[in-house]
Amino acid sequence: MSTRLFGEPVRRREDRRLLTGQGRYVDDLGPDALAAAFVRSPHAHARIRDIDVSAALDVEGLVAVYTWEDLPDRVGRPLPLLIPHPALTHGRTAYPLARDVVRHVGEPVVMVVAADRYLAEDACALIHVDYEPLKPVVGLEEAAHGARLVHDDVPGNVGARLLQEVPGHDGRSARKAIEEAPHTLAFRLDIERSASMPLEGRGVHARWDGTDLRVHSSTQTSTSVRMAVAAALGLPLPHVEVIAPDVGGGFGVKIVHPWPEEILVPWAAMTLGREVKWTEDRREHFISSAHERAQVQYVRVGFDDDGRVLGLDVTILHDHGAYTPYGIIVPIITSTQLLGPYKIGAYRVEFSSIYTNTVQVTPYRGAGRPQGVFCMERTMDKIARHLGKDRTEVRRANFIEPDEFPYDQGMIFQDGRPLIYDSGDYPRMLAMLKELIGWDAFERRPGRGIGVGCYVEGTGVGPYEGGHVQVTSDGRVHVSTGLTSQGQGHETAFAQIAATELGVPIERISVVTGDTRRFGYAVGTFASRAAVVSGNAIALACRKVRAKALRIAADALEADPADLEITDGTVHVVGTPSASIPLATVAVLANPLRYAFDEEAARATQFAGASSPDRPPVAEGDEPGLEGRDYYSPIRSTFAAGMHAAIVETDPLTAEVRVVRYAVIHDCGRLVNPMIVEGQIHGGVAQGVGGALYERMVYDGDGQLLNASFMDFLMPYATEIPRIETGHLETPSPLNPLGVKGAGEAGVIPVSAVIASAVEDAEGFPVDRMPISPSELFDLRRRHAGD
Amino acid sequence: MKPPPFTYHAPRDLREALDLLAEVDGKVLAGGQSLIPLLNMRLAAPAHVVDVNRLPGLSGIEAGPGGVTVGALARQAEVARAGVHPLLGQALRLVAHPVIRNRGTVVGSLVHADPAAELPAVLAVLGGSVRLARRAPGGSSGPAAGRGGSPSPGAVPGGSPGPVVREVAADAFFAGPLESAAEPGELAVSAFFPALPPRSGSAFEELARRHGDYALAGVCAVVTLDEDLHVAAARVACVGVGPVPVVADVSEACGRRPAATVPWEAVVAAVRRAVEPEDDIHASAAYRLHLVGVLAERALREAAARAAAPP
Amino acid sequence: MEHEITLVVNGTARRARVPGRRLLSDCLRHDLGLTGTHVGCEHGVCGCCTVLLDGEPVRSCLTLAVTVDGREITTVEGLAGPEGLSPVQRAFEECHALQCGFCTPGFLCTVTALLRDNPAPAEDEVLEGISGNLCRCTGYQNIVKAVHRAAELLAEERQPSTGEAP
Ligand SMILES: Cc1cc2nc3c(=O)[nH]c(=O)nc-3n(C[C@H](O)[C@H](O)[C@H](O)COP(=O)(O)OP(=O)(O)OC[C@H]3O[C@@H](n4cnc5c(N)ncnc54)[C@H](O)[C@@H]3O)c2cc1C
Ligand code: FES
Ligand code: FES
Repeated sequence: MSTRLFGEPVRRREDRRLLTGQGRYVDDLGPDALAAAFVRSPHAHARIRDIDVSAALDVEGLVAVYTWEDLPDRVGRPLPLLIPHPALTHGRTAYPLARDVVRHVGEPVVMVVAADRYLAEDACALIHVDYEPLKPVVGLEEAAHGARLVHDDVPGNVGARLLQEVPGHDGRSARKAIEEAPHTLAFRLDIERSASMPLEGRGVHARWDGTDLRVHSSTQTSTSVRMAVAAALGLPLPHVEVIAPDVGGGFGVKIVHPWPEEILVPWAAMTLGREVKWTEDRREHFISSAHERAQVQYVRVGFDDDGRVLGLDVTILHDHGAYTPYGIIVPIITSTQLLGPYKIGAYRVEFSSIYTNTVQVTPYRGAGRPQGVFCMERTMDKIARHLGKDRTEVRRANFIEPDEFPYDQGMIFQDGRPLIYDSGDYPRMLAMLKELIGWDAFERRPGRGIGVGCYVEGTGVGPYEGGHVQVTSDGRVHVSTGLTSQGQGHETAFAQIAATELGVPIERISVVTGDTRRFGYAVGTFASRAAVVSGNAIALACRKVRAKALRIAADALEADPADLEITDGTVHVVGTPSASIPLATVAVLANPLRYAFDEEAARATQFAGASSPDRPPVAEGDEPGLEGRDYYSPIRSTFAAGMHAAIVETDPLTAEVRVVRYAVIHDCGRLVNPMIVEGQIHGGVAQGVGGALYERMVYDGDGQLLNASFMDFLMPYATEIPRIETGHLETPSPLNPLGVKGAGEAGVIPVSAVIASAVEDAEGFPVDRMPISPSELFDLRRRHAGD
Repeated sequence: MKPPPFTYHAPRDLREALDLLAEVDGKVLAGGQSLIPLLNMRLAAPAHVVDVNRLPGLSGIEAGPGGVTVGALARQAEVARAGVHPLLGQALRLVAHPVIRNRGTVVGSLVHADPAAELPAVLAVLGGSVRLARRAPGGSSGPAAGRGGSPSPGAVPGGSPGPVVREVAADAFFAGPLESAAEPGELAVSAFFPALPPRSGSAFEELARRHGDYALAGVCAVVTLDEDLHVAAARVACVGVGPVPVVADVSEACGRRPAATVPWEAVVAAVRRAVEPEDDIHASAAYRLHLVGVLAERALREAAARAAAPP
Repeated sequence: MEHEITLVVNGTARRARVPGRRLLSDCLRHDLGLTGTHVGCEHGVCGCCTVLLDGEPVRSCLTLAVTVDGREITTVEGLAGPEGLSPVQRAFEECHALQCGFCTPGFLCTVTALLRDNPAPAEDEVLEGISGNLCRCTGYQNIVKAVHRAAELLAEERQPSTGEAP
């Protein structure tokens, strides 16, 4: 079969095991492991006076109960602040088990280990924690007011404040540009909390054999969990292995590490000398993992008669919950990616990242971009409305032109590098979208509207990923990379890359991800970076292997390496098919042993004469074995882009919103596997529709999460998701060898903006807060009935 | 999220079941589609669970001229498939998802008495009843002393000494949110759904956030026409807008006219006057009040149309 | 108190000793080692735990193992036949109807029963049929496609082609 598989819709190699129940997720492991469960705070804010575990001690099957006091020094320290930033002046992280104060409902207080999860929960129910309830801080504006504090030593509840200013080309500040603009608008936007909500929760399984610790975690970064665990438990790195087995979805929440449980479960396994496993249940996932999205944005914009933005001034209140283990990545991304495909005259953005007594906020697919896009796209729509112009015309007037790349936005991106867009063709993309949805022919009537939204997504951030490729003497190719997979089809996409680079049938290639035993250095799977960073690293590693294979084969065939090519797993001289040598044999030659232990090795001896007795069997500078390792470190991010449009119908009586059509044009550079990319887009859009119309985290004034179940947190079913029509544009990235950008997060980013735009169009009044429920649309109608 | 410990009983006949229910502080387990979530979340912690799934003779779905009797173990899916009552069929399509309906029982839903559930409204609008059985006092053959409701000897399987059986009408059965007239020690053995009178039609209209969710509000309607196809009687029962299904007789408001000339605004106003919706995280009281009117009109019009159209 | 039960799982009688409160999902996964059945919510909403009980799809997280003593259960591990993947499984693979695979066993069981009862479902019947199963990855479009495709494959299987293609 053809080995040029890059770009083909190759069927997934992971599917067979997942379709037959042979997948291995964390809870499928360790059938004999002890089970951990946690007593979690029922209060949003309280001081712990006393913990009485005595009643639990009689539970049959109880093995251990731990409170913070029981933890040794290293284990009991506050969890690391993973991504410090100079603006994060008051970063705070939690203790693995609460020390004196709990700061959100769900914070772990006591860990119980028992024979099984049923018994562990029985024991938890009998543990009495005496709390002195404190008034909680709930709601962004109340928190920003600062009358009550989440952390005594964080004045005003402000964890970080960051101001970024980009002057216009004429040097004017944003505020001045707005003041002097022919038209100005000012408004406020709100986005509520949502969450990644993978169907598999978190989970940790640990086994200690006296010297080595092996941890399985449902994580997006096994390499970093490994380092965090080794550090917390004081173990030398080579004695800790962390494996991300099959992972049932991540969408961001599983990039956070180490979770308290990722430290405590391995520690308990070591302390008890028994296998211990913790499988998060759904309620725990709601109240003790992480959420995202909530922001309030105050916007001022100045623009000219064509709708060109002259100055934009955005002030953001960002709710980061009770702790900041993941730093301020989310609001930084919001404030930079807000600019989208546009040239904004002068830009001023200031965010305050605020503590509240709620679950912590860390990236969820899109990671701050949906909020930024919501802001910019609402702004574009408002400008169009103000000027009486078509909404696409205003966008077109502000686009960066295709000949302006690389385009420097004049800011610093989340990776600390300049925000320079690598490539794109936004006008063409918009034209394709308008064509696909039938923008110009759309018949507007009350209760039927069309909306549009554009975004640019910085993908493939560094610092690096690596790939290792080994050809064994049976002709099989073993590829490994450190980052993890949660359903993105990496085993397939990376195999396609390797097949194409090496000229080996994909059936002979196997790929392992997220297993530190196979590859120890990696950053993780987030920011749509896998295809870009690991994909290129694997391609580079393959190129090393290929070069070595050709070198050895050239020797054996007495040919010039430049005349050789590899097809179907065999190296041959171009134009002389008979002069060939299988890669399997090359692998044997690459590892010149004295022993003919199998047929391949024996066969290799026929070529052995080619090497001269005056030369060492392994060439100078070469290592034995047909393998290669390489790393890819992007200079800076690539920038994928997309534009979505939707047609909605709103019921005149019940105020239900129905998405009738949904269209996507997407550009993520060259596509490794279009089928997988399409699937990523579908999934992203579905999450976006959830975020726009169904999903929100509802906290009451006491800091209780009122909808911590799938009954009330309304993740859409098949019946709620429209059919998604897609079109692709491929502007290869000039920044990396494969020309790819990233695709993982794209689908979700503009959906709230697009649906708000369409509902606004159908209803004739502004929609400035998302998500929107029928009840809320009904309220809006009443409020605007007088207009 | 694992159930707390309880003692499990699986009685083999009704007598044994009623004995158990009389003796232990136990919860009846039928389809488990409401009880087990509560157990898993540890919101319920009964000392005993009496699993009635093995009781013989309780799976019946008997359609007679007067109506349909649905046994305690008849699953929602089976009742829907049996096609024995138009309104039950219309309602069951809206109850949860097909897979839930494969286990959930019709009677269990009535006893569970969720204020947003469809089936209690169906029972209420039809004026149906639930048959409850308990062990005779003292556990022996004593006379079946009724305690409220209408005592009836009841042809309940189980042999002598006969259990005490009472038939509780819908308006007395739904006592409050998640609260029915079934008392500890009692087993609901069946429910009776009266047939629609001649020249009648029914409909169930609701709005749920997601397909299969409990509704934000819902209305089921029964309309009976006279020989001239004028509205002779019209009743609705509304869900999600009160602690129990809210029944409103709107015959008068419809004013014996053809459906086409019924003053719908007045009818809707009458329905809205009857309900007491509240705010929750999914919808405001004002929205529900509005919605229930919209749904009532839709359901009534549809029911009237069906009443007019020969089946 | 523990109960001795026998479940006929994927055609094989399996015995287990379980407390009354053991959920069928946990019994299958942890007592019988059949970890293909997944657990995503334990309150009946996600559908990951769906198995076939005497051929009918049910939530194994809302069923006590003791309640189904003596009955037949089919899990995802039992869907493939001796000739390999079932038509439903093949259609899911062909249509890229799974990403992380966590929801997949529940969908496969649900769809297997759906197509047995309704071999050629219309679009809205497909949607209704899978409306109790959540998937966070795929956006459902390819799952819907796979159900239609599986219906085709099943029809082909029922009607072995009478001759070579023209
Ligand atoms: C995801 C999901 C969505 C749902 N959506 C809806 C919906 O939209 N609309 C709706 O109406 N329902 C819905 N339900 C609930 C479902 O219909 C239940 O099946 C039903 O309410 C209860 O029936 P059951 O047989 O499962 O009862 P069980 O769960 O077994 O019992 C429920 C309660 O009734 C008692 N009980 C049951 N049977 C008897 C009896 N014969 N005698 C005395 N007491 C008894 C039990 O002790 C318990 O307290 C949903 C359930 C789930 C899991
Ligand atoms: S785990 Fe059973 S429905 Fe979610
Ligand atoms: S494939 Fe991941 S949840 Fe469906």
